[in-house]
Amino acid sequence: MTEPTTVGSGGPVNPGPPPRRREEGARAALIAFFSTLIFFGLVIWAVLTSPAWPRVQQQFFNPQRFAASFPAILHGFWLDIKMFLVAEVVILTLSLAIAMIRALRGPAFFPLRVLAVTFIDIFRGIPVILLILLLGFGVPALQLPGLPRNALFWGLTALIISYSAYTAEVYRAGIESVHESQRMSARALGLTQGQALRYVIVPQAIRNVIPALLNGFVSLQKDVALVLVLGIREAVREADIYAAKTFNYTGYIGATVLFLVVSIPAARFTDWYTERDRRRRQAVSV
Amino acid sequence: MRHTRQWIVVLFVLAMIASACSSGGSSTTTTEAVATTEAQTTTTEAQTTTTEAQTTTTALDCTVANLNLVTPGQLTVATGEPAFPPWVGTVDGEGFDDPTSKLGFEAALVYDIAEQLGFSDDQVIWTRVGFNEAIAPGPKDWDFDIQQYSITADREEVVDFSEPYYTTHQALVVFPDSPYANATSVDDLKDAILGAQVGTTSLDFIEEVIQPNTAPFVYDENVDLEAAMNAGQIDGLVVDLPTAYYVTAVQVEGSIIAGEFTTMSANPDNYGILFAKGNPLVPCVNQAIDTLKANGTLQDLEDTFLTQGGAIPQISG
Repeated sequence: MTEPTTVGSGGPVNPGPPPRRREEGARAALIAFFSTLIFFGLVIWAVLTSPAWPRVQQQFFNPQRFAASFPAILHGFWLDIKMFLVAEVVILTLSLAIAMIRALRGPAFFPLRVLAVTFIDIFRGIPVILLILLLGFGVPALQLPGLPRNALFWGLTALIISYSAYTAEVYRAGIESVHESQRMSARALGLTQGQALRYVIVPQAIRNVIPALLNGFVSLQKDVALVLVLGIREAVREADIYAAKTFNYTGYIGATVLFLVVSIPAARFTDWYTERDRRRRQAVSV
Repeated sequence: MRHTRQWIVVLFVLAMIASACSSGGSSTTTTEAVATTEAQTTTTEAQTTTTEAQTTTTALDCTVANLNLVTPGQLTVATGEPAFPPWVGTVDGEGFDDPTSKLGFEAALVYDIAEQLGFSDDQVIWTRVGFNEAIAPGPKDWDFDIQQYSITADREEVVDFSEPYYTTHQALVVFPDSPYANATSVDDLKDAILGAQVGTTSLDFIEEVIQPNTAPFVYDENVDLEAAMNAGQIDGLVVDLPTAYYVTAVQVEGSIIAGEFTTMSANPDNYGILFAKGNPLVPCVNQAIDTLKANGTLQDLEDTFLTQGGAIPQISG
C-alpha cells in the first residue's frame, strides 16, 4: 500500500522514481509530520487549558461513568448490528428489483415503471425518522388484523423502504453507466430483454457501483440507531438513558466509540476496494 | 504522499471538532457563578470581626435588585414544550401549554415563588427548553427550569436543585381489557411489556422495583409513550400519579389507572426546580418554597391541581 510498490506494480512504463523526487518526498513528509505535531499540539493545549475543561471532562470523559454505562450500551449495540445485517440483505435485494423494473424498456412495462418511480420519489423524499415514526406508531394504531404491531419490525421496515429507494437509484446509475452497445449486442445474440439485463447489464452495473453501495452500508450502519424513537433499546438509547438518569454524557462517548469501531474499518475497506478495482481496470486497459 | 495528505485531513477535521467543543464550553456562567459565591464566602469570613457586617451578609439578600438573574429585573423560567397538564394547564384542558395562564400546579407555583421574591406577574418570562438541553454544560439563558425533575444524588453532581416542591407516587396506566388491569402487586407485572419516559423515576421504578422479564421500552417524550400505547406495542405505561390522571383523561382514550404503587423506588420521587450548578439564586427560591409550605399555599395548589376525586387501587411492592 505504500507509494513505491504502487509505482512498481504500475509496470513497465515507470522504472522507479528518480533520486531527486525521492528526496523531495522525504522532505515533504518531514514537514507534514512537524506541522501536524504542532497544529494538533496547539489544539490539545487549547482544549485542556480552557476554563470549562474540567467540567467537560467530568461530564463527557469520566472513566468510572464509562465503565458503569458501557455494558448496557454494548448490549444495545449488538441489536444495532443485528438490525443492520438483516436490513442490508433485504435492501440490496429489494432495491435491485426496483432498479431492474425501472430499467425495463417497452410500453408494456409502463405501469411497472410508474410504480418503481413513484416508490423511489416518495420514499426518498421522506426523512427516515419521519418514516419510522409514521410506520412505527401509525400503522399499528390502525389495528388492522394480521398486521404485526412490533416496534422493531416497523422500525426496520421503515429503514428498508427508505434505503431501498436510495439504493435503487445507485443501481440505476450503475445500469445506465453500462454502454448501450452492450444491451444491443446481447439482444442481437438473441437474449430477451430480461436475459440481457440479468446476464449482461446488471453484472457490469453492480461492479461499477460497489463503492457507492459500500458507502450506503456505512450510512445504514449508523442510521439503524434511529429506531430508538420507537422505544427500542439500542446503543444510543441506552447511552441516552444513562445520560438522562445521571446527567452525565460519558455514555455517549461509549456509543460513539462502538460505532467508529465498525464504521472506520468499513470506510477503509471501501477505499481499498475502490483503489484495487481502479488498478485492475487500468491494468486491463494497458 | 497521498496517505500523509489523507492523515492531515483527518487530523484537521478532528482538530476542528475539538476546538469547536472547547469554544462552546469556555467561560460558562456556571463557573462564573461558582466564583462569585466563593468570593462572597471569603468576604464573610474576612468580616467576622464586626457582628453587624456578619448579620447583613449571612441573612439572605433576596431583593430583586440583588438577585443573580440572566436578565436583570426579570425572572426567566424554563419549562418543557409542550408542558403538560396538570403541571401546566388543568386536566380539563384549560390553559394547555400556557404557563402564563397560572393554571396548573407548576405554573401557579412559579408565580407564587416569583411573588415571594418580589416579582410582579409580568416580570416572569417563560422560555422553553428540552430535557437534554437543560442539563448540558455551558451557559443557560434561563434562571431556573421547572418540569418535574426528580432530585437524585447523581444529578446533583452536575446541577443544583431547589428543595422538593412535590413528592409523588408512580402509577400504572393500562387499557381496561388488559390482563394487568387488576394487578394488586408488582409480582403480577413480571410478564408485562411496559414503557416509560427517559430520565424519569418511572423508568427507574420499572427497572428496580417491578423488574419485568422484558426490558421496558423507553421514549423521549410523553407523547411517544401514548403513541406506543395506542399502537399496542406496550401493555402499560408508568408515570407519576398526577400525570396518570391527565394521560387517562385526555391522552390515551379509554385507558385507566390500574393502580398507584405504594412502594417507592430507590430514588424517592421528589420533584425539585433545576438550576445551573452554583447558582446563588437557590437559597432565595428555597426560602420562598419554605414560606409557601408553611402558609399552606403549596397544599392548596396540590388540592386544586393534582388531587382528583375517586379512590385509586393500590399496587403493593
